[in-house]
This record gives sequence, structure tokens and C-alpha cells, in this order.
Amino acid sequence: MATQFVIDGLKAEIEGKEILKGINLEIKGGEIHAIMGPNGTGKSTLASALMGHPKYEVTAGSASLNGEDLLEMEVDERARAGLFLAMQYPSEIPGVTNSDFLRSAINARREEGNEISLIKFIRQMEGKMKELEMNPEFAHRYLNEGFSGGEKKRNEILQMLLLDPKIVVLDEIDSGLDIDALRIVANGVNAMRSEERGFLIITHYQRLLNYITPDFVHVMMQGRIVKSGGPELAQRLENEGYDWVKEELGITDETVGQA
Amino acid sequence: MSTQLTTPTDRGSAETLARGKGEPEWLVALRGEAAELAGTLPWPKPEKVRIERWNLTAVGGYETPASASSLGDLPADVQELIAEGTENLLVQHNSGVVWKQLSAELAAKGVIFTDLETACKEHGDLVQQYLFQAVKKDEDKLTALHAALWNGGVFVYVPKNVEVELPLQAVLFNDKAEATFAPHVLIVADSNSRVSYVDTVVSDKGSINGEFVHPSVVEVFVKPGALVRFGSVHSLGEKGVDLTLRRAIVENDGRVEWVIGDLNDGHTLSDTKSIMQGQGSTSEVKVISVGKNAQQMSLTTQAVHFGKSSDSNMITRAVMKDSASAIINGITKIEHGATKANGVQTEKVLMLSPKARGDANPILLIDEDDVTAGHAASVGQVNPEQVYYLMSRGISRQDAERLIIYGFLAPVVSEISVEAVRTQLQRLLERKLEG
Ligand SMILES: Nc1ncnc2c1ncn2[C@@H]1O[C@H](COP(=O)(O)OP(=O)(O)OP(=O)(O)O)[C@@H](O)[C@H]1O
Ligand SMILES: [Mg+2]
Repeated sequence: MATQFVIDGLKAEIEGKEILKGINLEIKGGEIHAIMGPNGTGKSTLASALMGHPKYEVTAGSASLNGEDLLEMEVDERARAGLFLAMQYPSEIPGVTNSDFLRSAINARREEGNEISLIKFIRQMEGKMKELEMNPEFAHRYLNEGFSGGEKKRNEILQMLLLDPKIVVLDEIDSGLDIDALRIVANGVNAMRSEERGFLIITHYQRLLNYITPDFVHVMMQGRIVKSGGPELAQRLENEGYDWVKEELGITDETVGQA
Repeated sequence: MSTQLTTPTDRGSAETLARGKGEPEWLVALRGEAAELAGTLPWPKPEKVRIERWNLTAVGGYETPASASSLGDLPADVQELIAEGTENLLVQHNSGVVWKQLSAELAAKGVIFTDLETACKEHGDLVQQYLFQAVKKDEDKLTALHAALWNGGVFVYVPKNVEVELPLQAVLFNDKAEATFAPHVLIVADSNSRVSYVDTVVSDKGSINGEFVHPSVVEVFVKPGALVRFGSVHSLGEKGVDLTLRRAIVENDGRVEWVIGDLNDGHTLSDTKSIMQGQGSTSEVKVISVGKNAQQMSLTTQAVHFGKSSDSNMITRAVMKDSASAIINGITKIEHGATKANGVQTEKVLMLSPKARGDANPILLIDEDDVTAGHAASVGQVNPEQVYYLMSRGISRQDAERLIIYGFLAPVVSEISVEAVRTQLQRLLERKLEG
């Protein structure tokens, strides 16, 4: 079945404050959607609510992946159902090596007794690390501990490559990346493009979209998608900023604070 | 409350026992004096833990050891601990040593690795220079009682400039609560020598029923330029009380490294101290512990700086479950004159139950201006952000928490140099964390 990801009327709050005010979005396998929008407009909240971050409470709406209700699932079940979120601020986990973590994540998708062999795992991991031009020592470092901003992002992409998700959400994967790393990460994403996989890319910059051409671009303000278009929309935002969108909508403050 | 004898031994019986074992006169006298002291001195008073409420007097009686004729005679649990193919091994069973071997190569270099009782007879002059010099018999009732009763034990001597590459290993185990089990470990590393020593102190939990006390002392002497790596894992049974004092005296440019796993099932007093006597002397202490059920623990690490430019680092990490409680003390003391000394310490406690207790008490006592010192202490729960991150990759909540807990302990576990002991430590951790 071709991948189909549907978000319908999604509302979410944090500590009693409503941040998402009804998000509608449909992503099919093979499509790349970009979400842009000023700071504090709910982009990361959308990503976290989809993944099931414990601090966010979904108050209305639904999200389904290939007909399965994601919001009914625990965080780990959503991941195993095929959702992957490259986080804006990945956690550091001292004492857990990157390779032990990756192997646990792969084995979580396999039956007990059918774990990936160590040799096969190492071969896969090293292959993907090479594609991302990561120093092999990162396999033995503790997960994200002391990683630079860019190294953390590259490590998120490594996980994406190894876990073979159906829906990939990238939250500011380009922030903190130098120019070479941006190209490497974009190549990683492009290599993953397929009819079975959909992408939702949250970014502030056209730069990333020069490498990864989106099919659709959405603008988020005040916890809603307020405008959608094709790649030319991103280009216009890059050139002109958000004022014209606000004007069109009659908004002065775009953040979720004042609805 | 059980009624307690004030002192479980006296001068007469301590001397008689020592003579009966054919111990040299100096040792007989030492034991007699110690027994007398034990009658008058008070128990140690660690911070916030009332050890007098523990059964401290169940020291049992001396049990003549029966030598093992082969390693195959030892219980399976003990055999599992032994590094494969090791030629340098000592095993104590209850009150005495039942197995010891030292490679011909090390013996030829002048290395001594034998039980302390034998060493007192065969190397009396050497042993007397050090025995009860780092830990004095008259400090308190514990040291006195131990001095009166200690048995079996380990003596390591490494001559000047000799490097012992493979770790020397000891397994000290008991399987009978009525038998006195009080090993004393004495390590002397002469100038510019190097040695690693690893031991495991365990109860054969299937066969031990009654209450017992394990009063034990470790003394390490690090001569100028020498390096001693000391690793120890304790896993005594639920009815045992472990009272263990470890102390090192480190001379100029010497270094001691302690890695301790306090994984007993019963009450535990563990105090590990490095005294940096010499200029440029250094010490590192790493301790991990897991508390379970209603276990009470007092875990202390100490660094005392006398030497100029001496350096110490202490780390304690404990995971507390159920209604277990641990008071964790880190004491860095820098004496006047120890200029350019540096002492840092970290105590971290991970609480897995609302009924558990974990106190981290960092203490810096500094009598010199020209020094650097630091401490960090934290008591917390498993971080929900970390659990979320791992789960977002498909890992179940249970596995995510496991990874985080093991990760918390990993910096110490990975330091154990003998693979058999490290594997055993992992197994003990799993048993305590998951059982
Ligand atoms: N714990 C919280 N309590 C109150 N408000 C919060 C909390 N967490 C987030 N918010 C608010 O929710 C709003 C949306 O935050 P979100 O992180 O989703 O923004 P964003 O669009 O991803 O911004 P950026 O581009 O800066 O990453 C912000 O106004 C933020 O301050
Ligand atoms: Mg954000």
C-alpha cells in the first residue's frame, strides 16, 4: 500500500496553553512537504505532538498513517509504525554508546530471537556513516553527548537512514550545519526519496530547499497552516520575508501567544 | 531488636586462636591488644546512618579451611568468576584461603602473591612494616575487631621496577554464616612498579542462611612512581553486613586507581580513602552501587592531600530502588602546604522509586590557598526527555529506561579490567536492577 499520512484538525496544548489550533495536512508516499514560518508559531509543537512527546496534549483532531490511528499509540509504537522525527534539539544520553543505541532501535523492529547479527549491524552502520562522512569514532561515543550542533544533526540523519521510516519529519535539520554538511545531509535525504516514503521538512531557509526540492510548501502562523503553495512560495519568503503573508491575512503578531 | 554482645571476642580467645594457627608472636600480641581495644572503642559513626542498629556482632567462629585440590572443587558460581587460564589466583572460602597460585615468571621476578596469614609467617619482616599502618587497629571498634579476627586475606608485594601486566585475581567467598569471614588485603607496590589487582567478595547465596558480618580491610602502599589499580566487586547475601575500609598511602608521583562495585544485598558500610602523601601523587576512585529492598548503605570516598601538586578525582554513582537508602559522602581534604593540589569529586544518585532515599554529601575541607577543587552532586530520576528520545526510535519504555540506567553506571563498569569480573558485574547489576 502506498504511504498515506493524514493530519486532520489537530489541536494540541502544552501546560494548558493551546499551541496548535487545527492543523490539516495530507502527505502521500513520494511527496516532500516543507513547513516554514516565523519563530514560535508551532512548527516544533506539531512535530512533537505527532511523535507523542509527553508534555503535549492533543485536544482534538486525528493523525493516521496508512489508516492506523497514531494518536492512540505510545511513542515507541508510532516509531515502529513508521514515523521518524529528526528533532530540533536531540537529547544527550550519557553512558549509552551510539552503536548500542542504534542496534537497540533496529532490534526493536525485529522479532525476539531474530535480532540483527552484530557483523551485519556494524556493516550497515559503518556504510551509512561513510555516506554521511561521519568519523567512525562516533559509533563508540555516548549518544549525542558532547556532539556539536552539526554532529547531532548528522547523527539524526544516520538514524533515519538505518531505521527506514515511512514518514520522516525533519525539524530544522539544517540549523547548525556547515555548507558541506548541508549538502551531505541533503544527499542522505534525497537518497531516501521513494514512492513509499513521505517527508515533512521544517526549515527557516531556502538554502536546504535548493538541495531538496519540495512538492509543497506550507506557511505556519499562530498554530495554523495559513498558506500553501509550491516551491516558488519558499523562494518568495526567502526574498520578501513574512510581512506580505501577514498583511494578506491581517495579522500583526504571528506567534501563537495572541490568537 | 536482637540483643547484642558488646564485643564478640576477647584477648584470651583471640590469642589462643592465633597461637593455634601457629602465627608468629608479634601477630599473636597484635591480635590480643586489638581484641582488648575492641572491648572499649566505639563503633564508627558514619553520617546519617545508624550502623549500631545493624547486627554488627555476628562475626561467627573460625573455621579451619580445607584446601581445594582443584578449581573444579569450588562452587560453580565461584568458578565462573575466574579469568580463563589465569595463573595468578587466590581463593578464600570462609575463614581461610583454599587455593593460590602465582606464575613462575612473576615469582622469578620477586613478586609475592599469597594469603596474608602465610605472608605473616614467611615474610614477617616485610609484612610488619605495613600491616595496620594505613588503617590503624585502634581507630574504632571496627578496626580493632578486624585486627583481632582477620583471617585468610591477600598479600601482594611487587618489587622495585617490576611491572605486572596481567591482573592478579582473588575470589573471597563465604557459604556459612557461622564461620568468621574477615579477609585483610595488603598490597605493597615498591618504587616504579605497576600492578593490577581485582577481587570479588561474594556469598554463595543458595547455602547461606544466618546473619553474618564481613569486617574487612584493604591497605595499599604505593611507593614513589608506582601504580596500583585496584578493582573490587562485593556481592554478599541479604543477611550479611559488609563493613569494608579501604585505604591507600601514595608517595611521590605514585598513583592509585580504585574501581569499586558495592552490590551487596545487605547493609553496607564502604569507605575508600586515598592519602596522597607524596608530591605529585594522584588518585582516582570510582564507585557504583545499586540499592534494593530495605537495604541501607553508607558509601564514602575520601581524598586527603598532603603532597604538593597532588591530584584526586572521585566518582560515586548509585541507583536506588524500592525503599533502599544510601548516604553518599565525598570528602576532599587538602592539608596546609599541599600547594597546587587539585581535588574533584562527583556523586550522582538515580532514584527509581519514590520510597528510596539517596543523599549526596560533597565535603571540601581546604587548609591551603593555592589549590583547585571542585564538586558536583545530584539526585534525580530517570529523565523523561531521554526516555522520549529513545522511544521515538522505536525502543520500548522498559528498554529505554534500562539503557539509561546502565548508561548511568557505564563509566565505572567499563573500567573493570578483568573480563570475567566485568561480565560478572554486569550479571550482578542485571540481577539487582531487574530481579
Ligand atoms: N512549556 C511551555 N510553556 C508555555 N509555552 C510553551 C512551552 N513550550 C513551548 N511553548 C510555546 O509554544 C509556542 C510554539 O513553540 P514551537 O517550539 O512549536 O515554535 P517553532 O515554530 O518551532 O519555533 P522555532 O522556529 O523558533 O523553532 C512558542 O510560543 C513557545 O514559547
Ligand atoms: Mg522549532
